[in-house]
Amino acid sequence: MSSPRSPAERVGRWLFLAFCAAVFVFLVAPILVIVPLSFNAEPYFTFTEGMLRFDSEAYSLRWYRDIFADEKWTRALANSLVIGVSATLLATSLGTLAALGLANSAMPGRRFAMGLLISPMVTPVIISAAGMFFFYSNLGLAQTHLGLILAHAALGTPFVVITVTATLSGFDANLMRAAASLGAGPLRSFRRVQLPLIAPGVFSGALFAFATSFDEVVVVLFLGGLEQRTIPRQMWAGIREQISPTILAVATFLIAFALLLLFTVAWLRRRSGQTPTAA
Amino acid sequence: MSQRLAPESVPLPRTGRWRSAGLALPLLLFIGAAFLAPLASMLTRSVYDPRVADALPQTLERLGEWDGSGLPGEAVYEAAAREILSARGERTLGQVASSVNRIRSGLRSVLTRSGRKLRGAPDGPKRDFLIGLDPAWGEAETWHAIRSAGERVTFRHYLNALDLDRRPGGQVVRQPEERRIYLPLLWRTLVVSLGITGLCLLLGYPIAYLMANSPPRRANWLLLLVLVPFWTSLLVRTTSWIVLLQTQGVVNDLGVALGLLAEDGRIAMIYNMTGTFVAMTHVLLPFMVLPLYSVMRGIPPVHMSAAASLGASPLRAWRRVYWPQTLPGVGAGSLLVFILAIGYYITPALVGGRTGQLISNMIAYHMQTSLNWGLAAALGGVLLVCVTALYLLYDRLVGIERMRLG
Repeated sequence: MSSPRSPAERVGRWLFLAFCAAVFVFLVAPILVIVPLSFNAEPYFTFTEGMLRFDSEAYSLRWYRDIFADEKWTRALANSLVIGVSATLLATSLGTLAALGLANSAMPGRRFAMGLLISPMVTPVIISAAGMFFFYSNLGLAQTHLGLILAHAALGTPFVVITVTATLSGFDANLMRAAASLGAGPLRSFRRVQLPLIAPGVFSGALFAFATSFDEVVVVLFLGGLEQRTIPRQMWAGIREQISPTILAVATFLIAFALLLLFTVAWLRRRSGQTPTAA
Repeated sequence: MSQRLAPESVPLPRTGRWRSAGLALPLLLFIGAAFLAPLASMLTRSVYDPRVADALPQTLERLGEWDGSGLPGEAVYEAAAREILSARGERTLGQVASSVNRIRSGLRSVLTRSGRKLRGAPDGPKRDFLIGLDPAWGEAETWHAIRSAGERVTFRHYLNALDLDRRPGGQVVRQPEERRIYLPLLWRTLVVSLGITGLCLLLGYPIAYLMANSPPRRANWLLLLVLVPFWTSLLVRTTSWIVLLQTQGVVNDLGVALGLLAEDGRIAMIYNMTGTFVAMTHVLLPFMVLPLYSVMRGIPPVHMSAAASLGASPLRAWRRVYWPQTLPGVGAGSLLVFILAIGYYITPALVGGRTGQLISNMIAYHMQTSLNWGLAAALGGVLLVCVTALYLLYDRLVGIERMRLG
């Protein structure tokens, strides 16, 4: 940015920065406000006077104890992990394979295939969920873990396809030629040369797919039964039915988890940026 | 392999065109089975419903010979009495009654009550017996309703979803103003989505600009701030807005504490359209900032200084030099936000209250509460058409393969 000269420009620049700061506060503050509130000793959703005086009496871990004492939450966590990890494995393997094909611009029907494969990401989730309810019920997959795993995998694949295709666009095809000239078969050169180099992209794609499943609630509402309640499903029930500060404690955990994912992906991106590229 | 070849002359193992297609095939098949087939099954639902036709086959066949004026003959009444009774035995009468009731309200109880009373019915003509049970059996409209409910393939759900009505004569008319529900709701969804897109652009453009013109280290940190909400669970973000905006919430408390609001003057900022608007803008803002940022990063800062050195005021330089170059990002971000907004469900469902509901919430209502699946599917079909059109537009203008994620 060129340094401002006239006073008017300087005022303009300050206004601009203040506006940007306000937008960043708007983005982040609502999420952070949950964290202190989750340590509220009282069952309120706002700061008590004691909290504002930093009175240690006003803070407590009771809502965190509630989570671990309540079988509903622990079972929901187990369900979320089982469904999320299985869906991620399925989405990542199929998605990476497809991205390897889609990276070839000469692939027949490439644009059309790409359009179909990305469509689960932009289709309103209520439509996907309603359709899955009709279709999976007919197959006997409603109210099963398998049904939710397939559904979540389908919703997660676009993220894998997008991230891996992006990583592959920076992949130097000459490396595969070199591997072939040194006598490696296609599978071997993929495993030993290509996969290690695109691994950061594959791993970010997997994290996206996992985050998608881990945060998905609409399909679970339509397709899951009592046995398939996941963390978001349990939060949904908590927000709609009996709102209790336990939700804030769970939310704090989820925020910490989101930060972990975010920093991992940022770190992976930096790593994949360091891989040798054609350009 | 002892002989070493020049790299370029070695055929690339994976450049075979069909081989690439083969790699994409498993996922295409999977998406076809796990995602596209469900969409197809929803669209089928919107035009195909065999339940009434399967439950009352002979009644409908005989009704086919009825000219539609006056009352049908005894043969129709006889078949109806028999098939209503057997539908009751097979527990499908409830579904039949609901389907017929959706065409002409009040007939649900007529059918279920008749089902109960027909059990010990005396032999003899059923026509007088049924009319004796309920005078509705003596009205031609009842039979018109049964006949339309019995169509296996029907467009009446779409007519319904577009606030249209089909008269018994066959002509299609608009519903009277006060009974139009879905088109106004669709319209509201589009307007709200447009508003949210505009607000996202207004908030997102400056911060994308700031990021694009910051030193890399600072830009990365700011990018992380944008990405925090992107990665945080949607339910967590929605909960935060409830905590902040509810009448006993943090913002209202702050207002009261600062003396800006009276204790009894707390503002309802949630469980209405304001709640939907604020929370959805928060959720969708990163989808606007990321494409803008990636476009702005490619614009050399010298363009602006060149414009300034030629005497342009900052505003003029921005309008004539910078803004046109950011249009691809503006288009990509706006389309993406708009596409995501018109199908939004969770946020309006949780913080929209009664007035902040969008078309998706109506689909959920018909799926889960009214159980009018045909209508839910037709509304889904209408929404799907809108989204597909926008998606194709996005592909044309931006290109799906250029979609990037934070």
